[in-house]
Amino acid sequence: MALRQCAIYGKGGIGKSTTTQNLVSALAELGNKVMIVGCDPKADSTRLILHAKAQTTIMSLAAEAGSVEDLELEDVLKVGYGGIKCVESGGPEPGVGCAGRGVITAINFLEEEGAYDDELDFVFYDVLGDVVCGGFAMPIRENKAQEIYIVCSGEMMAMYAANNIAKGIVKYANSGSVRLAGLICNSRETAREDELISALAAKIGTTMIHFVPRDNVVQRAEIRRMTVIEYEPQAKQADEYRQLAIKIRDNKNFIIPTPITMDELEELMMEFGIIDQEDESIIGITAAAEATA
Amino acid sequence: MAALTKEETEALIQEVLEVYPEQARKDRAKHLAVNDQSLEKSNKCITSNRKSQPGVMTIRGCAYAGSKGVVWGPIKDMIHISHGPVGCGQYSRAGRRNYYVGTTGVNTFGTMNFTSDFQEKDIVFGGDKKLAKIMLEIEQLFPLNKGISIQSECPIGLIGDDIEAVAKKANKEIGKPVVPVRCEGFRGVSQSLGHHIANDAIRDWVLENRDGDDSFPTTPYDVAVIGDYNIGGDAWASRTLLEEMGLRVVAQWSGDGTIAEMEKTPKVKLNLIHCYRSMNYIARHMEEKYKIPWIEYNFFGPTKIAESLRKIAALFDETIQAGAEKVIAKYQAEYDAVIAKYKPRLQGKRVMLYVGGLRPRHVIGAYEDLGMEVVGTGYEFGHNDDYDRTIKEMGNATLIYDDVTGYEFEEFVKKVKPDLIGSGIKEKYIFQKMGIPFRQMHSWDYSGPYHGYDGFAIFARDMDMTLNNPCWKQVTAPWKTAESPDVAVAASA
Repeated sequence: MALRQCAIYGKGGIGKSTTTQNLVSALAELGNKVMIVGCDPKADSTRLILHAKAQTTIMSLAAEAGSVEDLELEDVLKVGYGGIKCVESGGPEPGVGCAGRGVITAINFLEEEGAYDDELDFVFYDVLGDVVCGGFAMPIRENKAQEIYIVCSGEMMAMYAANNIAKGIVKYANSGSVRLAGLICNSRETAREDELISALAAKIGTTMIHFVPRDNVVQRAEIRRMTVIEYEPQAKQADEYRQLAIKIRDNKNFIIPTPITMDELEELMMEFGIIDQEDESIIGITAAAEATA
Repeated sequence: MAALTKEETEALIQEVLEVYPEQARKDRAKHLAVNDQSLEKSNKCITSNRKSQPGVMTIRGCAYAGSKGVVWGPIKDMIHISHGPVGCGQYSRAGRRNYYVGTTGVNTFGTMNFTSDFQEKDIVFGGDKKLAKIMLEIEQLFPLNKGISIQSECPIGLIGDDIEAVAKKANKEIGKPVVPVRCEGFRGVSQSLGHHIANDAIRDWVLENRDGDDSFPTTPYDVAVIGDYNIGGDAWASRTLLEEMGLRVVAQWSGDGTIAEMEKTPKVKLNLIHCYRSMNYIARHMEEKYKIPWIEYNFFGPTKIAESLRKIAALFDETIQAGAEKVIAKYQAEYDAVIAKYKPRLQGKRVMLYVGGLRPRHVIGAYEDLGMEVVGTGYEFGHNDDYDRTIKEMGNATLIYDDVTGYEFEEFVKKVKPDLIGSGIKEKYIFQKMGIPFRQMHSWDYSGPYHGYDGFAIFARDMDMTLNNPCWKQVTAPWKTAESPDVAVAASA
């Protein structure tokens, strides 16, 4: 089987890293060889696989060694649960330097060092929530990830972010082979959440590939720096991740998204009661002004 | 060839514009003009200081070039760090021929390259720590330096390094001026913004250093030479004239200049501006804050030199005015001899110029002193105040071109057929291959000085040896001349 490269995007805090690690564990359980590439200076994309606080990153090792050319693959690549290979790009602390360049440097290093070997079935890029610059789009450039999964929930900002990411994908899809492969709904238990995300997915031209319900076992596993798959394999939630893994494994629905306008998005949210009909008379009126009115 | 009429020049511009696509044609049309001395303001005929069109082969530089290469680089007793990857500093090192006196590597550093040599990790994690370390190393290795400037290359502006904070800290640690300059190359449309940014850095980090300190003894005749980069020794040839007329030159900006001179400049009585484009900003600031008047002057060719010496002297007392006359009289025999020797050889020759800050207008007088005529001129990075000053210097119906493109310049030359072109290294070989005598007017073609009376003699000699070089008679291949038997055979066949 040819190597499939997938990138996971979504609003910050939506559960990308947790979902990715659980999903990847399930894929590994199914017998797939998988690698996770964390593309976030926080370096928290592999901790559940490695049972580690934060993996030592490519960039921090490079800074120590002098330059990235001084590193060997085995310095940066760790193997965790289910034989999953883990790397973290790393980057600066907030407020200095260029985190985007860190992602670019790290991925170039992995390619040059032959991290993407023939034995791998999947590579998953877990990318920082806000695609603030070109560096964070690195995983979806030519010859990198071909499939993008967007993690979202029924909350307004998560959907807004999902639509924005779809816009970004269009740019790269038109010039390359990257495609949107589906929305993963990581439930926040908002009203009619599955219907809403399915409707949004349909509008963007894709599907909600799976609805992952909310379950406290995820947090219990996280405290132990483990995925649910490893911590409590017989849990109902573990089966949800297994289903997601199977759906992704069998997914053939790769499309160029058709992102919707802000107005269309608001309309959709109104339809599902997420937001109310806009009352233009209240715009720009302070609480104090309202009280005296 | 006879001079073009106004109509012919206009038609030439239209013809040259013809090949451009519509959008580019509209844009470039605004940058090409027929000179009209009756205009008071150049904005009636020309647009300048705009972004160059892609693909036109502009010869402009960048903001870093304007700050590091022009304004700051020549300050000889400071170390100028090219902050960023190695290339910007290394490939511009020592290229501008800013002469200076001193022992390089000991108390002067003009031709050396200091860089933070950015690697990937510096981009990703930021370069502040490395910069701080470099400055301490500089202090150990070159203890006689009098200060440091940090010249930002592009990445610094992208990754948001706090070079001001690093500069302040280093200033405390080493006890010398440390000047951060935000001259990232992508800022602005040419090197011009770099000059401005560099001027602002001098204003904010240097000029105030000796405010309230009266220990420096002043005289009523103190002046500063501003905007002379001492290319091939220009500032030295200028300074002697000023000193001979009785003035005391306290500071030279920035050719062969020092940070101490810069710091003392607010104490002078008058600022003398040669390159207006690159240093008018600081002169205006000193006028506003320290009430120091400033005037522009021109030390190219005896006519402009005498005019300038008298104009400067008029702002002082009779001693200086008499001094100016004495200087003019003293050198008269010398420059008369130069003119007597070279004018007959150069009389009536037509010149086209395309240079940088002040020369497109300042050298016109020197050519005229030799009986030559400038029939086309333009600025790489001028603003409209430069063109305002150019209109009166140029003859009517001559060509004016702003940020001229490679194509336009070649076409103009083909039609105007000048006897000599004065421009830069990138133009030189194109025109020489076209068989046209050429002088580099940025670096004086490794000659100079051209300023002052001493410089005029060299200028005249250089123009003569270039223009009247016998090689130009040899550029047509023998078989392509009319007398060639081959041509005759071909014609009869």
